[in-house]
Amino acid sequence: MKPHPIRLCGQEFLLDPAGALVWPKRSALVVADLHLGKADALARRGLLAPPYELEETLARLEALVVRYRPEIVVSLGDGLHDAGAAQALESQRFDRLGALVRRQRWLWVTGNHDPVVPIALGGAVLPRFVCDGLTFVHVPSGAAAEVAGHLHPVARVATPAGPVQRRRCFVGDGERLLLPALGTFAGGLDVLDPAIAGLFPGAFTAYLLGARRIFAVSSRRLVREPDPRRHRLQAGRSSPRSLA
Amino acid sequence: MTDAPCAAHAPLDGLASLPARFVAWFSARGWRPRAHQLAMLALAREGRDALLVAPTGGGKTLAGFLPSLVELAREGGGCGIHTLYVSPLKALAADIARNLETPIREMGLSVRIAVRTGDTSPAQRARQRRRPPDILLTTPESLALMLSYPDAAERFRGLRAIVLDEVHALAESKRGALLALGVARLRSLAPDARIVGLSATVADPDALCRYLSPEPRSVALVRGEAGAPPEVEILIPDARMPWAGHYATHAAAAILELVRRHRTSIVFVNTRAQAEVLFGLLWRLNEDNLPIALHHGSLDAEQRHKVERAMARGGLRAVVATSSLDLGIDWGDVDLVVQVGAPKSVARLLQRIGRANHRLEEPSRAVLVPANRFEVLECLAAREALAEAALDGGAIVAGGLDVLAQHVTGVACAGPFDADRLYEEVRRAAPYAALARSDFDAVLDFVATGGYALGGYERYRRLVRGSDGLWRLADPRLACRYRMNIGTIVEAPVMHVRLGPRGRRLGEVEEYFVSTLAPGDTFLFAGRLLEFVGVREDEVVVRAAKRARDPKVPTYAGGKLPLTDTLATRVRRILATRERWPQLPAPVREWLEAQIRRSSAGEAEELLVETFPRRGRHFLVAYPFAGRNAHQTLGMLLTRRMERLRLAPLGFVASDYCIAVWGRVPIERPEELFTADLLADDLEEWMAESTVLRRAFRNCAVVAGLVERRLPGREKTGRQVTMSTDLLYDVLRKYEPDHVLLRAARAEAAQGMIDLGRLSDLLNAIQGRIRHERLSRISPFAVAIIAGIGKEFVGGEALDQELEAAVAELLAEAMA
Repeated sequence: MKPHPIRLCGQEFLLDPAGALVWPKRSALVVADLHLGKADALARRGLLAPPYELEETLARLEALVVRYRPEIVVSLGDGLHDAGAAQALESQRFDRLGALVRRQRWLWVTGNHDPVVPIALGGAVLPRFVCDGLTFVHVPSGAAAEVAGHLHPVARVATPAGPVQRRRCFVGDGERLLLPALGTFAGGLDVLDPAIAGLFPGAFTAYLLGARRIFAVSSRRLVREPDPRRHRLQAGRSSPRSLA
Repeated sequence: MTDAPCAAHAPLDGLASLPARFVAWFSARGWRPRAHQLAMLALAREGRDALLVAPTGGGKTLAGFLPSLVELAREGGGCGIHTLYVSPLKALAADIARNLETPIREMGLSVRIAVRTGDTSPAQRARQRRRPPDILLTTPESLALMLSYPDAAERFRGLRAIVLDEVHALAESKRGALLALGVARLRSLAPDARIVGLSATVADPDALCRYLSPEPRSVALVRGEAGAPPEVEILIPDARMPWAGHYATHAAAAILELVRRHRTSIVFVNTRAQAEVLFGLLWRLNEDNLPIALHHGSLDAEQRHKVERAMARGGLRAVVATSSLDLGIDWGDVDLVVQVGAPKSVARLLQRIGRANHRLEEPSRAVLVPANRFEVLECLAAREALAEAALDGGAIVAGGLDVLAQHVTGVACAGPFDADRLYEEVRRAAPYAALARSDFDAVLDFVATGGYALGGYERYRRLVRGSDGLWRLADPRLACRYRMNIGTIVEAPVMHVRLGPRGRRLGEVEEYFVSTLAPGDTFLFAGRLLEFVGVREDEVVVRAAKRARDPKVPTYAGGKLPLTDTLATRVRRILATRERWPQLPAPVREWLEAQIRRSSAGEAEELLVETFPRRGRHFLVAYPFAGRNAHQTLGMLLTRRMERLRLAPLGFVASDYCIAVWGRVPIERPEELFTADLLADDLEEWMAESTVLRRAFRNCAVVAGLVERRLPGREKTGRQVTMSTDLLYDVLRKYEPDHVLLRAARAEAAQGMIDLGRLSDLLNAIQGRIRHERLSRISPFAVAIIAGIGKEFVGGEALDQELEAAVAELLAEAMA
C-alpha cells in the first residue's frame, strides 16, 4: 500500500489507496461517507444484503488507523447511514465502533444522512471543520480550499487489453478535493457528471483507488459512464423541431 | 386447427373410439384422424403420460387437445379447469385458443376456453377465477403466478391433463427449470392429471420424457409421420461472397428476387440488428412495393400484432423476422423460408424451415444465405446434417438454485408448506432430480433469512417456521413483491422509442445504446431511419430522418446462439476432406486453395494455429470451431497466460470459428499456451474477477429475489429497493464465497457464457495435436477475424461496408 502525495492549497497531503486522506502536518486521517449500517437499512426495506457491510467498513477503518496512527480522525459526513442505523447496530459491533472512535480524537462532521450522531458513540459533532485555511465539509460547494465528500466519485479509464475499469477515486485540482466513499455499500457517481465536474473551474485529476496504489488520471483521459438520460429534453417544449 | 390432418392411415379400431360427432366433423372437413392423433386418444383413456414428437404440419396441436375435447364432450365441462396448456409464447397461446374455437363451435361442444398470460386484463382474470374455463392456456411465468395464490390448490385440484407445447424449446432453458418446478407442483395438487408433451423433432426424445416425468419409462413416446425432407439451397449471388461481416448486404437483391418469385416468404435473420439492416436494404430495392414487413421482439406489441394479422390473412409477400417467429403460430401459406446468416444450430434451422408449407407431404423449401466464407461451410454442414436428420440440442441442464429460490418463495406465497415434502416434490422435476438436500436447505435458508452464515437478519425474516413445523410467509405483503418479480429472463434495461413527443411508440432499445447517442445522430429502428432528438422521462424521442450517411443500428445483449458442436464437427470435417473441395462453390474453393498454398487447413483432429507479424504486432490465430462463448473464455485465459510468460499481450477477439490474440512479442511456442492446465491455472482467479461472473450474479440475484427487477416507471414510485449487485458480489465473495447465490452464478456462467464443458473438451482433445504454421504474413483464413478488430464500436457492430475497406487491405497482404 503506497500512499500518493499531493498538494492542496500549498499543503502536503497523502492519498491512501484504501480511500482516506492523510494530513501528516496535523496528524489527521479524513474519511468520507462510511454509511455504517446501510446493510441493515436495506434489510429493513426488504433487501437482505450480505450482513458484512459494517464489518468490512470497520475493518478498512481500523487498518487505516493502525497504519497512520493519527491524532484525529475526521468523518466527513454520512458516517452512519441513517438515524435508525445507530440503534440497529448490534451491541458488539457498536462497541467495536466505539473503541475505534475513542482511540484518538474523533470528529463527526454531519452529513445529510446523519444529522443526529448518538452521543454514546463518542467523538465531537460539528457541521464543518476549519483548519489552516482549509474547510472540511460534507457537501461540496465548489469553493477553493474545500475538502468534501457526499458525491461518492468514481472514474472510468480504458485499459489497453481489457474492459474499461471503474474505480472509486479522489477528485482534485490543487485547490479543492473530493473524497471517495469509504462505505462498503456506497454507490458511485461518475466524476464527469456535471454534479462533480461542475465543481471544478477547469480540468481536474481523478486519483483512482488501485489494490496497492493510486492511479492519477487527468479528467481529459477519462471515459464517461454511459448515461442514457444525458440528453434530456426540457419540459414544456411542444415540438422536437424547436430543439434543432 | 393449424394444420390439415389428411392422409390418414388410422387403424379402424382407433377410429371407433372417436365419438360420432368427432368422426362426422373430421369427415365434413374431408379429413381422417391421423394415427398419432388416435394413439394419443388411446393413451389418454389409459391415463398415461405421453410425448408426441412430430414435425410441424403433423396436426400435433390437435393431437394434444383431442383427448381433452373427447372427454369434455362425453362428461360435460364446467367443473373447473380440465386441461391446462402451457406455451413458451404469449402469442402462441392466444393463437391456439383462436384455432381451438373452430372445432368446438363446429361440433357444437360446450367447452369453454380462456387464455391467461401477462396480457390478460385484471377483469378477465377475475372472471376466470369466478367461472373457471374448461381449458386454460398459459405461459410458464403465468403458471408460476397462478400457483403463488392461496387458491391454487382449489383451482387445479380437478385438473385432468397438462399439455406442454413446444416442450423441446423450453426444456433446455432456465424457463424450463421454472416450468418443471411448476409442473411438479401441479402433479402434487392433481395427482391424477396426465401430462402430455408436444415437441418438434429432436435429437434426444428420451431426455424430454425425463423432463415430463420422474418415471420416464411410464411416458409413452408417440412419433408423428415424418414429413418429406426439406429442399435446401445455398444462395451465392453472382458468385460473390464477402470475406467478413454478418449482414449479407451483398445478397439483398437476390433475396428480393426470391420474394418476388414466391407467394409468401419468411426471411429469418439471427439478430434484431440484422433484421433492421436487411429490411432497410430490401425496401431500398423494392421498386414494385411488394408488401414486406418486419418482426422482432423489440418492436411495439401493437406493431407486431399488426404484422401477424396481415401475415395470417395472406396480406404480406414477406416478413423479415428473428427468432420471434420461430415457434408455433399459423402463418398461412408460407411457401419459402430464407435463412440469412449462419444457421448456428441444426434443430433451430429445422424449426425455421418448418414454418414454410404446413403440409406434410410436400417438402418445405428453404434457401440459406451465408454472409461470409466461413458461413458457407456452416450452411453446407447444416444442409448435410438435415439430410441425415442428425439433430443437435435437446439436453436438459441442471436447474439453477436461483430458480429454485424463486419457486420456494412462490410456494410460500400460496400457503404454509412442509420442507421435507417440498424437497421430495422438487426432486420430481427433472432439472432438480439430483438436488442434494443440503442445497435445498441452503435455498430455503436463503429465502427465509438471506442465507448468511452470520445470521444477522432474524428480525427481517421472510419465512417463519410455526409450531406445526410448517414454513409460512412472515409478512403477507412479501407476496406482492414476489409476484412483481416472477420469471427467469433478466433483460438489460430498455427505453421506449416514441416518434415525436406525442407520437406513437415504435418499440424498445437498450439504455446502453441510448447512452451512445447525441442529438442529431441517426439510427435504424422499426424499419425506419430515425433521428435522435432527446430523452423525455423514460422515453427516447425521435423523428423521421430524411437521409443519413452512417446510421447506427441498435444491438441487444444476449440472444446470440453459439455454433453447436454438431455443426462445428461437420465444418471441420469439410475442411479436412480435400476430395470434397471441388464440389464447393467457386469463391469458397478458391479461398481454401489460397489458404493451403500459404498456410494449411488443418486435419480433422488437429488444432490449426497460425502466427504472423503485422504492423509491429505479433498475432496468433487459432481455429478451434468451439463457438463464440468458449472462444471468449479462451481469449481471456490465453492473454492472462501470455502476461505471465512475458509475451506482452495487447488484446484478443473471438468468433464462432476462431480466436485471435496479439501482443508485442512473437509467440514462438503456441503449445506452451494451449496446455491442458490452462483452465485449472487461471480459471478460478479470472472468473472471480471477470464481468461474466458479475453478470451471472446479477441475473441470479434478480431471479432468486435478492434484488428487485428493474421495471420502467417503478423507480419513480420509489417502491423499489435496488443496489449495485457488484458491491453485493464483492462483499459476498470475500466473506462467504460458498453462498448459495455465488454457487448459482458460477454454475450459470459455466454453462452458458463461459461454455466450460466445451472448452475443457477442446483442450484435452488437442494436446500434442497443435499444428503451428509460422507465417510471414496474414493468411486468407485470418482475414475475417482480423478485419473485425476494433470494428465492434460502442452500441453496435460494424456494418459490412465498414469492414470492406479493412478487408481489402488485409487481402492485399494475404494474397501478396
